[in-house]
Amino acid sequence: MAENGAVVGAASEHTSSGSFWTYTAGLGFALLLTAASFVVSQTDLLWQPGVAAGLAVLAVAQMGVHLVFFLHIGTDAEGTNNVLALGFGVIIVALILAGSLWIMDHLNANMLTPAQMMEMQH
Amino acid sequence: MSVYAGVVGPAPTRIIVGYGFWIFLLSDIILFSALFATYAVLQGQTAGGPSAHQLFELRNAGIETVALLFSSYTCGLAIVAIERRRMRAFYVCFALTFILGAVFLSLELNEFAGLIARGAGPARSGFLSAFFSLVGLHGAHVTIGLLWLIFLIAQTAYRGPVDYVCRRLLCFSLFWHALDIIWVALLTMVYLMGAR
Repeated sequence: MAENGAVVGAASEHTSSGSFWTYTAGLGFALLLTAASFVVSQTDLLWQPGVAAGLAVLAVAQMGVHLVFFLHIGTDAEGTNNVLALGFGVIIVALILAGSLWIMDHLNANMLTPAQMMEMQH
Repeated sequence: MSVYAGVVGPAPTRIIVGYGFWIFLLSDIILFSALFATYAVLQGQTAGGPSAHQLFELRNAGIETVALLFSSYTCGLAIVAIERRRMRAFYVCFALTFILGAVFLSLELNEFAGLIARGAGPARSGFLSAFFSLVGLHGAHVTIGLLWLIFLIAQTAYRGPVDYVCRRLLCFSLFWHALDIIWVALLTMVYLMGAR
């Protein structure tokens, strides 16, 4: 763990990327969230139309756990660039996913069915 | 504390290498996002063939998830061990990482073989093409990771825990954790939502 900035030269010293306990805590959270995902998808614990949203929330939470406990994307000094890069990556991923679904959904809605196409040929 | 950046001089190599590798991983995640979008679009296009609901077994996916998660965990412990120069613990944890990764991969290949044997191969429908591309790309990453892991064990045994070997081990652990993140998205979107 990085000490605070007052320790000049700390950055050049050996810095640990985590400890046994951070990884174990991360594993525990990840297992809990995975179990919760399976329960939500297999039972009618949640209101059925909301299950997809619930699963998405659990997945995002688990990704957060992985980022913090396994990849150590945190708020410490040397991690600022990593967080900024992650933010940029998330924007691109969101654009690709939402954009593709949006465009393809519109194309799908505007497409003629084979039956309609046959009708136009006559 | 970036205000001290000028005082303490350039960041240590370990930080810079980690940052560069992190950017590579993000670009890899963007590659996956394109295939996720493809899968989401083609999910319902079964061309009269079997759908996700008929094909996927949650039990298999659950075991795969646990294997990969524990593999990620032991990989993290291996990094903790090598930073403290506990070589025996490092080798044990890294070997476990390999075994659990191999379990994951064999389950996935088994599932693929089962699907193809049932006539649900990648050529059957748009949905299955998208499925095999997405899950197969993740599997290919795991395969490359396992080969990389063997190489790193050999290098650590030969060179010892010197700085540049430790940096490579750190990059590998980042790669392995990122694969686990992608698997979380895969499990949720393909298996948990598909099997409902």
